[in-house]
Amino acid sequence: MGIEILEGIKSVLEFVLSGDQKIMNITIRTIAISGTATLLSTIWGSPIGVLLGLKKFRGRLLIKGFFNAMIGIPAVALGLILYLLFSNAGPLGFLQILYSSYGIIIGQALLITPLTVSFIASAVESVGPEIRDLAKTLGASEVQISLVILKEAMSGVVLAITASFNRAIAELGVALLIGGNIRGFTRVLTTAIALETAKGEILLGIALTIILLLIVSVVNLTVNLIQRRKIWRIW
Amino acid sequence: MAYMVEIKDITRRYGNINALDKINLSIMKGEIFTIIGPNGSGKTTALRIMAGIDRPTSGEVYFDGVKVDEGNMSKIRTKSTMVFQKTALFNTTVYKNIAYGLKLRGFSKKEIEEKVKDGLKIVSLEDYENRWAKKLSGGEQQRVSLARALVLNTELLLLDEPTANLDPMNVSIIEETISWVNRERKTTVVMATHNMFQAENLTNRAALLLEGKIREIGTTQEIFKDPSEYFISFARTENVFSGISKILKEGTSVINVGDGVLIEAVPKKSGKIRLFVRSEDIVLSRNPIISSARNTFNGRIVGISDLKSLVKLKVNVGKEFVVQVTKRSFTEMQLNVGTEVYITFKASSVHVI
Repeated sequence: MGIEILEGIKSVLEFVLSGDQKIMNITIRTIAISGTATLLSTIWGSPIGVLLGLKKFRGRLLIKGFFNAMIGIPAVALGLILYLLFSNAGPLGFLQILYSSYGIIIGQALLITPLTVSFIASAVESVGPEIRDLAKTLGASEVQISLVILKEAMSGVVLAITASFNRAIAELGVALLIGGNIRGFTRVLTTAIALETAKGEILLGIALTIILLLIVSVVNLTVNLIQRRKIWRIW
Repeated sequence: MAYMVEIKDITRRYGNINALDKINLSIMKGEIFTIIGPNGSGKTTALRIMAGIDRPTSGEVYFDGVKVDEGNMSKIRTKSTMVFQKTALFNTTVYKNIAYGLKLRGFSKKEIEEKVKDGLKIVSLEDYENRWAKKLSGGEQQRVSLARALVLNTELLLLDEPTANLDPMNVSIIEETISWVNRERKTTVVMATHNMFQAENLTNRAALLLEGKIREIGTTQEIFKDPSEYFISFARTENVFSGISKILKEGTSVINVGDGVLIEAVPKKSGKIRLFVRSEDIVLSRNPIISSARNTFNGRIVGISDLKSLVKLKVNVGKEFVVQVTKRSFTEMQLNVGTEVYITFKASSVHVI
């Protein structure tokens, strides 16, 4: 096992150094798809999250409970539901996004939205009432108070977004069922790993896995570093 | 008489509890006013209502003669500011913490820079601009909070237990700052405290708040000279003695509090008086100590109560004194009930009320 992983690392280096076009394309496609999905989820998820964390309104707990529960939805279950919706006979068949990158993007964005919403909501909620009072007594208006709370919650918001990206890039069910793992078109790292390993190409599987792990680590480390060094600038 | 802020018949209810029960207070422009009371007496609630960050259940608030309502609340809020007992800081640098209120008020970048620098100087934290606010010590954090309030140069400054849980150096910096801002800028200050010495030293007038009701109000001299039963019951339950005082040739007084205990005090007073000594001002020793302190008594420990890092001891020297020692001293000195000890305190530690 240990030797295979070492071999895997060696072949990754070989692939990367030789600039293997196929693997490069898969990697770039993976980052682009999951990155876009995270962007979409952030765009529509953060206002919902901030609202849930900030305002007390009727039905708030119900909505929160729904998003909390949906964090755990299996990717393959969502994949199947979307497959039925997006297939030619399905109600959204006219969109023609089954077996396309757009399909995966929408699927992953939906998959991670509950995570984005719930994490942002709890980050905003965790800002104590003393910050609200402080902003108030320093002369802030309601809008300015909300902004202050969002700034205070920023490290939690950043965590929500990176965690969402992690889930998107690591999932298999949606990419497989909606994307179809079409070579040169919708193949991403996770579907490629599943395929190569099933084919018996263990080394290639390990190499792809290492690339996936590298992406996740580099993204998380970078975000963490930037956050530590620069978060005070948002003030 | 011009009033900075007046609260009339204010009641603030939380659930079934009246945090404030029909209280009336009129704070004069330019004075330092203290609200004295134990924890949970409603001091914080009173300040929050004056600051416009909490609304009374019933009653009216007037700010500079204008009745505070929904419409002018946010405008009035910019004319006063409150420093909280539990230090609240934004998660950023000291500079950005202090600059926040100034930014809201639309000052230019250059003006903000100058004001922050001045503010830090007032609280003796020069060159702290780029430090991370939350990484400072407790006392420094509270001084940053004070500076952040001071740079706004508001007409009214509300301070909630500004020196609670701080060491003497930080306490004196904060106290000096409070009297400076009142003296130099004529800022009206309302301060909540349970420290009556602070009230006595810093302020012109005081009110005693007990269980949401104002029990006493007047100048600090009046209150401290002739303390009411309410006041004594709150202020001191330990080491309070009454006796007959005689002025000595040396310029001090000696008070016979009975049972053979004669206490020397600095204030020159004669006749029947009441005095107290703070338990933390008393030195405990196993042998008599030679020092400048005028009062030394010999007795035995008659009671021990544990207060986490401190131990409170009752020592009977004819009269019972309560003395505080650290747990470490308590162990090292091998103290126990019945141990023979000496207690020593300075004549200047004797407070005559």
